[in-house]
Amino acid sequence: MSQVPIQFKLNGQDKAEFIDEAATLLSVLRGKVGITSPKAGCEQGTCGTCSVLIDGELRLSCITLAQTCAGASIETVEGMDTDGKLHPLQQAFLDRFAAQCGFCTTGMLMAAKALLDKNPNPTREEVVDAISGNICRCTGYEPIIEAILDATGGSAGSYRRA
Amino acid sequence: MEFRKDFFADERAEGLKEVGHIRQRQDAVGHVTGRTKFFDDKKTTGLLHLKIVRSPHHHARIRNISTHEAERVPGVVRILRAADVPENIYTMLSLINVGIPDEPALAFDKVRYKGEPIVAVLADSPRTAHEGADKIRIDFEELPAVFDVEEALKPGAPLVNEYHGQNHFDYDGYSHQKVRLGDVERGFQEADHIVDERYQMSPIEHAPTETQGCIAVPSDDDRIDVYSNTQALFFSLDLSALILKMPSNRLHFMGGTVGGGFGGKVDTLVEPLAILGAMMTGKAVRHSFSRRDEMRAGPPRGAERIYIKDGVMNDGRIVARQMRIYFDAGAYSRLSAYGAVKAAAHCPGPYTIANVYVESYCVYTNRTPSTAMRGFGVTGVDFALEVQMDKLARTVNIDPMEFRLINAYRDGDMKAHHKRTEGAALIECVQAVSDLAGWQIDPKYRSYSSRQPGAAPAAAPSPASQPSASAPPPPPPPSSPPPGTTAPSASSRISSMFRRGR
Amino acid sequence: MPLAVKTFDQLRDAASALGTDAGARFLGGGTLLMRDINEGDISITTLVRSTDRAFTEIRSSGSRITLGAGVTMSEVAAHPELQYLKPVARTVGGPAIRNMATIGGNLFAFSPYGDFTVAMLALEATVAVQGGYSSRDVPLEEFLATRDRDSKSLVTGVTFRQPDNPTAFHYSKVSRTHPKGASVLSIAAHLPASGNRVSSPRIAYGAMAPTPIRAKAAENALNGKSLDEAGIADALAAATQGCSPASDSIASAWYRNEVLPVYLKRLLLGAPN
Repeated sequence: MSQVPIQFKLNGQDKAEFIDEAATLLSVLRGKVGITSPKAGCEQGTCGTCSVLIDGELRLSCITLAQTCAGASIETVEGMDTDGKLHPLQQAFLDRFAAQCGFCTTGMLMAAKALLDKNPNPTREEVVDAISGNICRCTGYEPIIEAILDATGGSAGSYRRA
Repeated sequence: MEFRKDFFADERAEGLKEVGHIRQRQDAVGHVTGRTKFFDDKKTTGLLHLKIVRSPHHHARIRNISTHEAERVPGVVRILRAADVPENIYTMLSLINVGIPDEPALAFDKVRYKGEPIVAVLADSPRTAHEGADKIRIDFEELPAVFDVEEALKPGAPLVNEYHGQNHFDYDGYSHQKVRLGDVERGFQEADHIVDERYQMSPIEHAPTETQGCIAVPSDDDRIDVYSNTQALFFSLDLSALILKMPSNRLHFMGGTVGGGFGGKVDTLVEPLAILGAMMTGKAVRHSFSRRDEMRAGPPRGAERIYIKDGVMNDGRIVARQMRIYFDAGAYSRLSAYGAVKAAAHCPGPYTIANVYVESYCVYTNRTPSTAMRGFGVTGVDFALEVQMDKLARTVNIDPMEFRLINAYRDGDMKAHHKRTEGAALIECVQAVSDLAGWQIDPKYRSYSSRQPGAAPAAAPSPASQPSASAPPPPPPPSSPPPGTTAPSASSRISSMFRRGR
Repeated sequence: MPLAVKTFDQLRDAASALGTDAGARFLGGGTLLMRDINEGDISITTLVRSTDRAFTEIRSSGSRITLGAGVTMSEVAAHPELQYLKPVARTVGGPAIRNMATIGGNLFAFSPYGDFTVAMLALEATVAVQGGYSSRDVPLEEFLATRDRDSKSLVTGVTFRQPDNPTAFHYSKVSRTHPKGASVLSIAAHLPASGNRVSSPRIAYGAMAPTPIRAKAAENALNGKSLDEAGIADALAAATQGCSPASDSIASAWYRNEVLPVYLKRLLLGAPN
């Protein structure tokens, strides 16, 4: 398999890698860059555990050809907390016990961030729609929805861009 | 969160330090920051990928397996077959001396369910592993298959698993687990109504977001390090050692971080072959189910078919309950022999019934082997029992809550398993739930207590004696011991082992 | 054989590459193709891409509008001229899928998926197909009937006439989970009014056959009728004509046939006259 060079921004930092030309973004992030918050849950674009933001849009890294991300800005959960301070969404997930096994959590956080970055005051219905592509099998949707709503202006303080 | 103290206050200590207080999960910060390390987050170099070639048939003889072409695929490093597995035939519960070896790690003479593993291909990338798997040639001779538990028990049904010689688990000479109390036939004769129903629970896939998988890494100290998402770390370690015929101190399992399990990650389906591959190649091996593997070959909750025949009086007392349970193990035992015991142990539900007769079968079919899932054995029985209770309540035109209060077991009542009830709380639960749901119950039932003898027929000392509403609980029945109690039965072994383990 | 990637500036060059390589597949949004690759479909040996602007453009001229095959569901939902299609685009997957899934890919989605194509059928769209270096427009119905036999051509876009009255377009998707679930069935209908009668209605179904289909018997029975209980009776009686739904994990064929008239009735009676 031939290698191609790729440059992109990851959580605000410039990255340059040589990657397999047909590699998925998920395999590059996990295998090359060492970013493990996106998970390989189904590798079919069905479960949402591999969710990342590409140029601010929610995408599934398991079915994204990595080389199509040349020049793009990619965000993962690794970039959410800064200087030891949790992002309001992360804090709200803690406070609401919205993480159980943890495997869907990072994808849920990305889906939630994609929503709140564009719509800081969503309705409950909009929150439900925003995470509708993310599966939680510990059946924790209710605390997750509550956590996201909290992060918009509840106990965790009003939402702001990280 | 609300903690009720109005029931059993004397049994609860004051000033509890943990109960009633909110405590953060110790792993929560790792989860929300993405720093929790799941097995697949382990960094390795030179990793090999293991891909299983599975049976496309429900039941077939294997005539020939050819791996020559696959061995020549660039990137394919090693191919594992049944002959490579030191102790290929095993059974999960052999670790606690229950059951007989009945399942191959890799099939060789026969396949007994669609998706059964036959060959493992080790390659330097997922793609080359798939290319190798594509070049494995297997000749099958299809055999008649049986998918229905009752069909499987009929004479002339296809024999699913030769290691058992019949399509049911053998409980020390018996085809099923038994629970016996009183005389159900006599109870049916006395009853005002008979309600005879059939219930069917489907198999259910756990579908954890993280599929089952592991990475086995040869380490410098002559051990194999195994990063696994098993739900039963030491169980999987011991079972791997058993299948690989090696001392367990050569295996170093690391786990405890499970991306959803729900019972589906106890079967140790990935570790033995990954370890074997690592030993044979000297390289790290990743064996992880694809989502398709997980859905199609991963073990589900076992299906159960349950027949319940009840005799009920016009005043709401259930006087006889007969149950026949078929627990669908699929092609191999795994944990199902224990599941059928749990099902029997749960009968006839939390109710005091004088005459009980239960048969619980663990049946082999050509379906995916089933395994643990959230109260397996019990859950299906509860579903059937509680739907039945509603039907009975309608039959005698009594409120369903009150109907349960009439029949609820109370402290001192004789259970079908010939033990006195202790610590009953069903009455109080039904009363509390009725209040919360705004469901009116008659003051008569409001005054009921688990600690006072009830109006329901406490288990009769003999089928002939009539219980009275105010009589104290009768002594244990002097009935002859049920079969299998003279020597430790398979069921008691299973029960005691699992009690000790949990 | 390792998987290769070929990227072309021009769609026609991409189409040409598809035509000459049996293992080549065109990569649009990736929601169908990449999952096959991840599941180990080694018959795919080359991914063909194009960076052609036309592939991702939305162009309107008069009442006709052309959506490049690479236009995503999110882009449709956000486009001011396509607001009547927003409810359709929003029923395709969750937000991440909608940011990736394309109009072109939806034409190839296997039943019970492909809900956007159902809407395109009701709007009598044509499909621009590039075979080698020649291009042709094919009615969508004809395209769907032959799509599985032609792996060498490239869909570059779909074109349709926008409804004179956007409120004459109706869509209903029935699924077991909300807000995101695969179709038990979906119905799209374009019901232009002439006075208080329906004139030349177009109705299409998803998940009622191996591909989305037009409900021609129901269309004929509805033509010239009013949208009330009496007016739609014949259309409901003819609703399942031509249907051959599958039994799958979402619903049985029997169930789909049984509930289709119920949902068609709701859609038609919910439609303003």
